Amino acid sequence: MEKLTGAQAVIQVLLTEEITTVFGYPGGAIMPIYDALFDYSDEIHHILVRHEQGAIHAAQGYARVTGRTGVVMATSGPGATNLITGLADAMIDSTPLVCITGQVSSKLLGTDAFQETDVIGISMPVTKWNCQITRTEDIPSIMAKAFYIARSGRPGPVLIDITKDAQFGVSDFSFEKCTHIRSYNPTPEIDYSSLEAAAELINQAKKPMMVIGQGIMLSEAEEALRTFADKSGIPVASTLLGLGAFPCNHPLFVGFVGMHGDYAPNIKTNECDLLIGIGMRFDDRVTGDTSRYATQATIIHIDIDASELNKIIPTDVPVHADAREALLFLTHLVKERSHESWVNEFKEAKQTEVETLSKGYANCDTQDVRMDEVIKLLSNLTHGESIIVTDVGQHQMMAARYYQYNKTKSNVTSGGLGTMGFALPAAIGAKLGMPDKDVIAIIGDGGFQMTLQELGTILQSKIPVKIVILNNNFLGMVRQWQEMFFERRYSFTEMISPDYVKLAESYGIQAKSIASKTDLEDGLREMLDAKEAYLLEVKVVKEENVFPMVPTGASVSEIRLA
Amino acid sequence: MEKTFTVSIFTENSIGMLNRITIIFTRRHLNIDSITASESEVKDVHRYTITLKTTREKIDKVLGQIEKLVDVIKAFVHEENEIVFQELALYKIKTASISNGEVEQVIRDHHARILSVDPLFMVVEKTGHVADTQLLFEKLKPFGILEFARSGGVAVTKPMKELSTYLKELKVK
Repeated sequence: MEKLTGAQAVIQVLLTEEITTVFGYPGGAIMPIYDALFDYSDEIHHILVRHEQGAIHAAQGYARVTGRTGVVMATSGPGATNLITGLADAMIDSTPLVCITGQVSSKLLGTDAFQETDVIGISMPVTKWNCQITRTEDIPSIMAKAFYIARSGRPGPVLIDITKDAQFGVSDFSFEKCTHIRSYNPTPEIDYSSLEAAAELINQAKKPMMVIGQGIMLSEAEEALRTFADKSGIPVASTLLGLGAFPCNHPLFVGFVGMHGDYAPNIKTNECDLLIGIGMRFDDRVTGDTSRYATQATIIHIDIDASELNKIIPTDVPVHADAREALLFLTHLVKERSHESWVNEFKEAKQTEVETLSKGYANCDTQDVRMDEVIKLLSNLTHGESIIVTDVGQHQMMAARYYQYNKTKSNVTSGGLGTMGFALPAAIGAKLGMPDKDVIAIIGDGGFQMTLQELGTILQSKIPVKIVILNNNFLGMVRQWQEMFFERRYSFTEMISPDYVKLAESYGIQAKSIASKTDLEDGLREMLDAKEAYLLEVKVVKEENVFPMVPTGASVSEIRLA
Repeated sequence: MEKTFTVSIFTENSIGMLNRITIIFTRRHLNIDSITASESEVKDVHRYTITLKTTREKIDKVLGQIEKLVDVIKAFVHEENEIVFQELALYKIKTASISNGEVEQVIRDHHARILSVDPLFMVVEKTGHVADTQLLFEKLKPFGILEFARSGGVAVTKPMKELSTYLKELKVK
């Protein structure tokens, strides 16, 4: 049998798992693994980031657009703790990651050794699974388990902490992919009677609607969903993370639900007689006040994670299943129907929204650029076919509202955790995962300044991502809340930006700054036509608000248009 | 309505399991009343018995999140009438206090037993529910209790199925 060092074994496992891209940052405790990686730079493309948080967000972006597992490497201590935000983000947004951290030698564990930290303890609440390896011979089987757990069932991040002596040690190497763990059942056996009950409700419903989430993409149920929607005639609304799973230009697509979602699906939530949640988790930003959420409706909830069923919204028919399998089966059981007048009600509500919002814009019709205009134009110019990576805040909601996501896995954003600083590194990962697609990061001035060091990664690895900074010199979403709920007391939300053009240029990235409507289209076209990375700063209206809005504590049907 | 629940969790024998389980309670701001861990009747399967006061709704959600842990084989929740539950308490009292006969009577009345006698102190053991061990505590208190310790509860369930059936099902798969 082949003898390998632990470090070499790690690399062999990555090769067997067909990992071609790794995001990381070397340091003392992971040096043996980096040394082993050095011999495989043709097979494994290692992206050297500028901060470990950048590595993990990049891996998330990569995983979200490819559906494959993102891999991260970091050293012990600060290297490992810098991953925590990304782990929490990947955990709540169900993103498959395997993070490999170096650890001090096993004999030093617990002694406060240099760069020692209890990363297993720290990361426990924010990983799907984690494990410390102190023996070389355990590396292949535990790594195999890590990849199996990360991707199966409801995906999530796994962290493997490997002590330096285990990396240096030598052991026989044999690798077998993990396909079963006694205590873990990621693929539930479908209870067909629950689907039959669901189908009966669907066949009787007069005003049914679907709310889909990222689960559609995670289970590759896009086509199954389209077939089901076309046959059943049920309108489809989406959560933030579900955008793209069902084409925005499909006649049955009725918009995005939640706090800053569209007017129509929010008010119709409280008018429908049947609500079918698929691969979504009734997040509080989706439901508003849960005691007044779709109480008139019968609820069907399909999810692969049993603990999500009945967690937030009492469900009449919980279906513990993979979304694709459930939809395929349901399609057979449901009658071919069309709900024309019901779907038209959504269109009418949409019209109300458009008219009310445009009245609001009429008052500020100057040369100043609004965020929504940037997104609408970008959407038209790219035909809704680019990969859009957003950060967190007003620009994120504008992008979700006005970009026409027509392709699956084209919307990458930090949904559950709301991590500012996510977009720039995530866009790097997305571009590496989908090099033939246009990847456009849309970021606010606040979020951009949280991880702008990753411009260095773009420079070094020549990653042709496009970056749009919507700069309003404010932490805009917090400012909006201060305006609406804190008597305009703008407590520490005004923010001064550096000269982004000079900044980008210092990293060898082409850049331009525009501040007027007349320059917008040319500016966006120039950015889109660029063959290399490009940064476009758009100075936007300082105090624009995102509407519609469901204020905290309100019911979704109390959504405000102004 | 808050009630006392007993959660029995069967897990793989892996490092950190206790931590993985307790942080789920911590996150929901639930206080654990007692906790014990031991090997179960199945080799390599560990058993945690946790008691706490909470609502049925909350405990069901907690159970879902515990079962989601990769290394958890199965978790069950029971109300007090569905289990046989026992705790153990040790009382260290002065040996001299036995001389007047009253202490001896208290020990007899409570079906407690003397575990060890030292010239200076003796240790009394009592098994039972919290109410029972607490009552003995109150009775011995006037004579001076030097030290007192109560274990977490151990419990077995009344229904005749649970883990062994479940493990068999897993093997069939």
